[in-house]
Amino acid sequence: MTHLPNVISVPVPQGLRPRCCEATCRVVSNTPVNGEYRLLTLEAPTEVLDCQPGQFFQLLCPAPLGEQPFLRRPMSIYGYDKAAGRLEFLYKVTGAGTRGLATLDAGDAFNVLGPLGQGFSMPDAWQHLMLVARGVGLATLAPLARMAQEKGRKMTAICSARRPELAMSVALFESYGAEVVVVHDQDGSSTPEALRPFIEARIEAGQVNAFYTCGSSRLLRLLQDLGARHDIPGEIAMEQQMACGLGMCQACVRSFRVGERVIQRRVCREGPVFSISEAM
Amino acid sequence: MKDLNTVDLSARIGALTFKNPIMPASGTFSEDLADVFDLDVLGAHVLKTIMRGTRAGNPTPRVCDMPSGMLNAIGIPSKGIDYFRDEMLPFWAGFKAPLVVSISAHSYDEFARLCAEVSLEGVAAIEANISCPNIEANGNAFAMRPDTTHEVITRLRAETNLPLWAKLTPNTGEPAEVARAAEAAGADAVVVANTMLGMSIDIENRRPRLGNVMGGMSGPAIKPIALRMTYQCANAVDIPVIGCGGISTRDDVLEFLMAGARAVQIGTATFQSPTVMACLITELGDWMTEHSIRSLDEIIGAIEAPQVGVFE
Repeated sequence: MTHLPNVISVPVPQGLRPRCCEATCRVVSNTPVNGEYRLLTLEAPTEVLDCQPGQFFQLLCPAPLGEQPFLRRPMSIYGYDKAAGRLEFLYKVTGAGTRGLATLDAGDAFNVLGPLGQGFSMPDAWQHLMLVARGVGLATLAPLARMAQEKGRKMTAICSARRPELAMSVALFESYGAEVVVVHDQDGSSTPEALRPFIEARIEAGQVNAFYTCGSSRLLRLLQDLGARHDIPGEIAMEQQMACGLGMCQACVRSFRVGERVIQRRVCREGPVFSISEAM
Repeated sequence: MKDLNTVDLSARIGALTFKNPIMPASGTFSEDLADVFDLDVLGAHVLKTIMRGTRAGNPTPRVCDMPSGMLNAIGIPSKGIDYFRDEMLPFWAGFKAPLVVSISAHSYDEFARLCAEVSLEGVAAIEANISCPNIEANGNAFAMRPDTTHEVITRLRAETNLPLWAKLTPNTGEPAEVARAAEAAGADAVVVANTMLGMSIDIENRRPRLGNVMGGMSGPAIKPIALRMTYQCANAVDIPVIGCGGISTRDDVLEFLMAGARAVQIGTATFQSPTVMACLITELGDWMTEHSIRSLDEIIGAIEAPQVGVFE
């Protein structure tokens, strides 16, 4: 890449603050968290740290040996701290882009674009939250849990994984005051059939005002059904292959059911956070 | 009288003069980029292709990553001519940069009708996308052959008094003949070129990596092809050539200008670095200052014969 300025400074129309910017960060650490996930911690300029939970960055991944990732890779924010100048991503190595990320060492320069997209909302009426996430979707909900704690909300976090040791961020969710329930595939506790009575019991006890979810289409369908039956709103962070991340290319569309119609929305621009009831 | 120490970046495309030769390639630009930099630094604004009716576009996945480039099969999702006239045109009227509107259609009649309908106050030029490889069966497009190019540009020319640019395709064996056909039919400029038709397969699940199976290759990987075509077309026609294809760096811009382009369009590079066009304008000016070059006329088409080796 030829264009790796520290923080891009170009003229901006009067009254319009750049919503996002391209910045070069410094890698603080890049370490394995468990058998599948790694945590990338960056020292980032404050210009990119006005983030909202649920937003994402477009990462310019270095080339791993023998591969050349070209497009930026979208990655949801795991943690951010403007005062400390920190930005964190939790990722699973699955392709050329994340294999490239895994090669980053402390001290390396690393170019990011963001923060991008619309984050989670948390209206005052949503006092008791139920977070239901699976796999790397747990990373996306981590900053949401911090926001919930700051707003004094009550939280139950259902952390789903293939095996119990792969359930990430349990301690982190607990530190934010969440009641954490780990479910997994090995004992069958992660199936929608097993989760349904558990969640319904909480709903009947008046302990769920809103759902948040990420990482599983089966969990989405379960929460859509429960939400419709019990009139509980909620939000989901969704994924799609992207090119630009800004809304220009229209690559990352998904279908949404709005009333009687099915419409397309861009995950990068109108999302990645959408209403659970409209997601498909 | 111009300050002789100031670099003049202005680019002339027929009757139009742009303040610099850097503009976006259609399909890689939208109002969303205004979040990143002041779009009025650009020489012109080129909008994503619009079609008359509303279209959903292709199934996902619509893009896939390639070494030094990407494939796309977006499929021209379009909100139609009414949305363009009522919503988009007023928005772009707020900018100073000239507005170039890209149009396309499946048939000559529909193309001509749309051309008349977009010839509106506030539109500086019409770019006829006669080359998008996704919209016709098997990737066929008007710009693949000189006769269909001549026919469609003749029809469009009859419908508008605005400057008319023909966006050509690299998916042809006769680029110079196609460019000449566009010129003969009344095009005011040719844009060389669109994406190159390509394909990619995920071998593990034996599926094409694009929902549309085939798509357009763009990015640095196709730059030598686009540069070659720019050179061929610039030598074949008298109307201006606008270079397009894989341009990402200042040196790429200079190569296209030297090959004969009067301006360039930047596309896929913006996806990697959304500020790249603003950077290229500054870098081009700096390079000209360093080389004591005051206007683009000293660069455009200014290449020497190759230094050939002598075998004895």
